[in-house]
Amino acid sequence: MAFDKMELRDIEVWDGNFAAAQALRQAQVDVVAAYPITPSTPIVEGYAKFKSDNYVEGEFVMVESEHAAMSGCIGAAAAGGRVATATSSQGLALMVETLYQASGMRLPIVLNIVNRALAAPLNVNGDHSDMYLCRDSGWIQFDAFSPQGAYDLNFIAFKVSEDHDIRLPAIINQDGFMTSHTAQGVTTMDDDTAFGFVGTYKPMNDMLDFEHPVTHGVQTEEDWHFEHKARQHSDLMLKVSPKIDEVFADFEKLTGRKYSQVECYDMEDADVAVFCLGTSVETAREVATEMRAKGVKAGVVGLRVIRPFPFERVQEALKDVKAVAILDRSSPNGAPGAMYNEVCAAMYSHESSPLISGYVYGLGGRDLTKAHLVDLYNELETNVKAGKVTTQLQQFIGVRGPKLSFL
Amino acid sequence: MLEIRWHSRAGQGAVTGAKGLADVISTTGKEVQAFAFYGSAKRGAAMTAYNRVDDKVIMNHEKYMEPDYVFVIDPALAITTDVTINHKDTTKYIITTHLSTEELIKAQPKLEGKEVYTVDCIVIAQETIGRPIPNTPMLGAFMKVSGMYDIEFFKDSMKRVLAKLPQKIVDANMIAIQRAFDEVK
Repeated sequence: MAFDKMELRDIEVWDGNFAAAQALRQAQVDVVAAYPITPSTPIVEGYAKFKSDNYVEGEFVMVESEHAAMSGCIGAAAAGGRVATATSSQGLALMVETLYQASGMRLPIVLNIVNRALAAPLNVNGDHSDMYLCRDSGWIQFDAFSPQGAYDLNFIAFKVSEDHDIRLPAIINQDGFMTSHTAQGVTTMDDDTAFGFVGTYKPMNDMLDFEHPVTHGVQTEEDWHFEHKARQHSDLMLKVSPKIDEVFADFEKLTGRKYSQVECYDMEDADVAVFCLGTSVETAREVATEMRAKGVKAGVVGLRVIRPFPFERVQEALKDVKAVAILDRSSPNGAPGAMYNEVCAAMYSHESSPLISGYVYGLGGRDLTKAHLVDLYNELETNVKAGKVTTQLQQFIGVRGPKLSFL
Repeated sequence: MLEIRWHSRAGQGAVTGAKGLADVISTTGKEVQAFAFYGSAKRGAAMTAYNRVDDKVIMNHEKYMEPDYVFVIDPALAITTDVTINHKDTTKYIITTHLSTEELIKAQPKLEGKEVYTVDCIVIAQETIGRPIPNTPMLGAFMKVSGMYDIEFFKDSMKRVLAKLPQKIVDANMIAIQRAFDEVK
């Protein structure tokens, strides 16, 4: 069955959701099994529309829950198809059990997560609570800072995930509403170029290859379970990072757009830095530029690849800065922030380490303003001058009521 | 950086209007951003949408904005909400109303001393498109007040943005844009 190609302008004004939907169309995904949820709904809705308009050849499977959505994706991937879906928040929470199945079965599936707060209280807006929920699920995890990133990282995710040395599913995170519903210029690839980059899907150990029967989803007890999990972890630690570098380099060659696992901006001579995820990275970059005009040597580090955690590259990025703020857009609920902990672990085992303080911000879509970031850089400057962290280690940005700080 | 805040009711097309404007501006080589505050809003609930326009890539994702222009596309919102919030001395207001500018300022003293333009986008939309969707006429009024683009170029660009709609509706939108351009005071 033939399908139609779509004429795109070089720059389209797309929001992050539509950028991701277009990427799924251009990658010619075979199966999308989905249960739509705000704010990720337009991704799968967009794919379904492309299918009904004959722009894709795939199957769209309507299911009864997010658990079933990922289960359908697992079945389709095991059968030997290129598979993708999207979800957010409560939907992801219901899907979590199956995330571990997908990665443990070494099935390349691409999942777009449009990051949203977790209830209660119910909230549809963007924070990273759902991102953190699947932190240890064994998936490769990318983070987009803008609609352009949401578009580009989908192609990159397919290419890394489907590589026969990798065969691990991949998540692309984008900020709910701040990216997913914010329209910006997105530089596109034409259909042939985009599909040429990801290439025709080559399945491995697929169940529909009747010449070579295989079993998926087996039980292993104490005899083999540990070996399987250890091998999966080992591949994440050793194989994925070089593959991502290779695919980033190929992508840059094709499009001129350069991605790095740890994105450093104005860090060469920075005294103070903000370390964060999502759209906050870009807002912080703008503020850092303005701080530099005022004589503050400010920089920004954005984490592009969350898993595998680029431990050595984080060390490299932060080893010469004097003070850094680690921003967590998720309530740690009784601990330091998860990102704060991970960065501290990296820097503790490095010979030089900056003064590190942690900040919880932006829960439930609460705005992170430029004024907040100016105050933050100024606080880091104070720490540099004092030669120590002058505040408590964990603070809150932008929450009403008496100032909250801990540790 | 040019910044615009739309005051609308959910269902009146502020998001479509903001994205349409961004689309047109993007074709002229500028960088754009269009977004809105959502939540679990129901049709008819007051909401705001936003545009940013700049010569360089827009990296600012804060929702806070001190707008250069405020568009009010529902007449009651100029009275029942504070459309001057986070204003600058230079903020310009284009407000949908059946009142004259003087009458409107009398009804909403917060607009006193501000640069206020009025146009009845609701009536224009009803008489042309046949539905009270005041988003495209507001853009016609904006072209007149700002002088951003030649109105013919703008209408041609909007024809492409609206291309998925039936021809009759596209034509009606063009008349609506032109009428608001001519009638804004």
